[in-house]
Amino acid sequence: MKTLILKTASGYLLPVLLLFSVFILLRGHYLPGGGFVGGLVASIAFVLHAFANGLENTKNLLRIHPGFLMPFGLAIAFISGLAPMFLYDLPFLTGIWFDEPLPVIGMVGSALFFDTGVFLVVIGVTLTIIFTISESA
Amino acid sequence: MLAIVVLCFITAISLLFFGNYIKKNAAFGLTFLPLAGFVYFLSKLPQITNGNIVTESYNWVPSLGIQLTFRLDGLSLLFALLITGIGTLVFAYTSNYLKENDHLDRFYGYLSVFMAAMLGLVLSDNLISLFVFWELTSISSFFLIGFKNSSATSRKSALRALTVTGLGGLFLLAGALTFGTIADTYSFQEILNGSIDFTQHPLYSLLLLFIFGAAFTKSAQFPFHFWLPGAMEAPTPVSTYLHSATMVKAGIYLLLRFSPVLGQHEYWQLTLITIGGITMIYAAFHTLFRTDLKGILAYSTIAALGIMVFLIGIGTELALTAALTFIVVHALYKATLFLVTGTIDHEAKTRDVTQLAGLRKVLLPVAIAGFLAAFSNAGIPPFSGFIGKDLIYEAGLHSFQPVLLIVVAVITNVLLAYAGYLVGIKPFIGKLPEKFEKIHLPSPLLWFPPLLLAVLGLLFGIVPKLLVSLVNPALQETFIGANLVQLKLWHGFNLVLLLSLVTIISGLLLFYFLKPNNDLTKFIVQFQTISPLGIFEKIGILMTKVSLLWTNFFQNGFLRNYVLTIILVISFLIGYNLFFNAKFLWDFSTILSVTNYEIGILSVMLVAILFTVFTSSRLTAVASLGVVGYAICLLFVFYSAPDLAMTQFTIDTLTVILFVLVLYRLPKYLKLSENKKRIRDGFVALVFGGLITILSLEVIQEPMNNETGKFYAENAYLLAKGKNVVNVVLVDFRGIDTLVEITVLAIAAIGVFGLLKLRIRNN
Repeated sequence: MKTLILKTASGYLLPVLLLFSVFILLRGHYLPGGGFVGGLVASIAFVLHAFANGLENTKNLLRIHPGFLMPFGLAIAFISGLAPMFLYDLPFLTGIWFDEPLPVIGMVGSALFFDTGVFLVVIGVTLTIIFTISESA
Repeated sequence: MLAIVVLCFITAISLLFFGNYIKKNAAFGLTFLPLAGFVYFLSKLPQITNGNIVTESYNWVPSLGIQLTFRLDGLSLLFALLITGIGTLVFAYTSNYLKENDHLDRFYGYLSVFMAAMLGLVLSDNLISLFVFWELTSISSFFLIGFKNSSATSRKSALRALTVTGLGGLFLLAGALTFGTIADTYSFQEILNGSIDFTQHPLYSLLLLFIFGAAFTKSAQFPFHFWLPGAMEAPTPVSTYLHSATMVKAGIYLLLRFSPVLGQHEYWQLTLITIGGITMIYAAFHTLFRTDLKGILAYSTIAALGIMVFLIGIGTELALTAALTFIVVHALYKATLFLVTGTIDHEAKTRDVTQLAGLRKVLLPVAIAGFLAAFSNAGIPPFSGFIGKDLIYEAGLHSFQPVLLIVVAVITNVLLAYAGYLVGIKPFIGKLPEKFEKIHLPSPLLWFPPLLLAVLGLLFGIVPKLLVSLVNPALQETFIGANLVQLKLWHGFNLVLLLSLVTIISGLLLFYFLKPNNDLTKFIVQFQTISPLGIFEKIGILMTKVSLLWTNFFQNGFLRNYVLTIILVISFLIGYNLFFNAKFLWDFSTILSVTNYEIGILSVMLVAILFTVFTSSRLTAVASLGVVGYAICLLFVFYSAPDLAMTQFTIDTLTVILFVLVLYRLPKYLKLSENKKRIRDGFVALVFGGLITILSLEVIQEPMNNETGKFYAENAYLLAKGKNVVNVVLVDFRGIDTLVEITVLAIAAIGVFGLLKLRIRNN
């Protein structure tokens, strides 16, 4: 499906969609959104890009295999759970927070890191599955 | 104590990294590991003899009441000394015996793990940690039996041993849990000192079943004995260490441990005496039909284990003294005989007793060890074996059924004496065959350990005080209120002495007249189909067949069948429940009135569904299914669940993309199934949908209990500083669920990747 319109559009849509997915991730704690949906949106952005420009181009764009995002994301989520154990001797996965809100993002706590982990795992899983299937097709 | 156990594990792990260096340069150095343990436990001996007990306790899983408590009392010490003492000799022996083997490092690794597990087993006070170590010994034994993993029989024997002892492990776990439930503690000391009389408890027979199941499988009692002869596939040091001196005695240890708690009851006594008696006689007779030295030793070991079980069954103070003494004495001479066999095998390259003769001319120190061990085994004074045999007869004479038990014991001992002569003496006497003339005396590592053990066997007989210092503290733990043990060589002329003489002489006569030959082995092979081994193998084959049928029926590889099975089962469960519990009192007034939007969405859904079912193009079907999904999204939006709607929307998009990717490969026209099947599927779908509808209506009628929802809504901001309750539940309240879910997702992705990539590569 290499149409010029889609190809041109996807070039602009990819960064916008990715930004949007991060936006969804960050607002998740207060408004509808979160890591899971954010991750799915980001995956759709890449899938769209792949449809327009071919799988190879998207892979080149990504540089690393999306599968690597899975252990990375799992590690972030896990570490965000371990942090309260080591920092404050609290049970695994207790929420801890910075005292002052960060500019733009707002209040940041371990939950955000956890959600970021979920975000990365979801992108990794979705893209791995879709890329693998389309390669074998 | 923890340090020693952990040190063994660390050694095993470090062999992974430094194995190559160690096996080439410093294999003998590993002997210092068991030696250090031996010295440590020996240093504790005076303390234990004085009646003190050493304990170390660490929290393990405090929330379940599981402590890692090591408790060194008399009984533990007896076993710990055997484990580390014989371990030292076996480690040293192996460094030469398997010198040429490429996997010597691996072997030492398994052996170290085994030693750690066995020490943990006898030192554990907590029943759960006892179980863990128990299983670990089975597993390390599996690896050691299957050490020659290029041989099919070796692998099969390893698997068989693991199956039988693993089965016993499950019994032990069940026993531990039952004890834990009854006594409300997993600590053995608390169970022992608690006020509960287990012999009067309604679950007593169940407890016995569990403990016996564990002990009989581990200690190779009839009818579970068959794994032990198979385990002789392992290199001889393993047979010496695991399958004669230590691991197989774990079951005996368990019975001794539980003697004060479960013993002194009719069931306990009768079962143990019967099983022990059958095992003794059965295994002792089997030694007659073997020509392989290790085969003979395997069956004589089973018989010896039978004697121990038998003595524990009698359960008097005298019988337990006899059992404990016999454990030490037996370990000394049986380990010697095994090591002697190993050396013969190593030098003469055969273990066939019909071919071996005259080796004393070339292997004199080994011959001395063999002779000494054979004499001790036969119970000739002043060897320690004599004291052991004496006590067995005495215990038998003072039991409730003296005549029968003594007859059984004498027959067994005569046959065992014969077996001992066969292994310890026969290979060394007579004329040396030509083919063995080139044999030279090997490195001292191959003859010093057996000789040392054999001399110890003699020393313990001459100085019985040494034995007493080991046996007495152990007896205090197994028999409550036991007197101080008195062991002597000379009891005067009495019936026991007469019986001993009868045993020694009959054994000699048997040895003189009965020549082992291969015809006897052939004779016994005929009965294999009706032996316990044959029966267990048949059960195994039957299980494989049944599970194959079962698996092929349910896991048939067709997605449609899986879906059909799942839906049918759920329909049945829901239908069954509704049939008996549904009230069918639906009050439609409680349901909100339907709006125009909803009617609109529903009609879109309906059309899309009909399209999905009746279209003749796959792509259309997928697209219409996508429409159904989006319509559901809209419904979520109407019912103010924006998070769900968002997720459903993106998921649906991705699903359609996935489908399109897959469908690309399939033919374009759509004729999936015959009309009959379509009608059947339609029927199932309607039934399922109908049931779900009824269920939903029923649920609505129930008074709403929304405490959980309320809790989350109220506390989301207070406790987790979030305003989006759905997200707070996901990342905070139920964070562990999410963590596990994303892990599962990752595993699924790796699965897809692996499956498809492998297929691409194969093509």
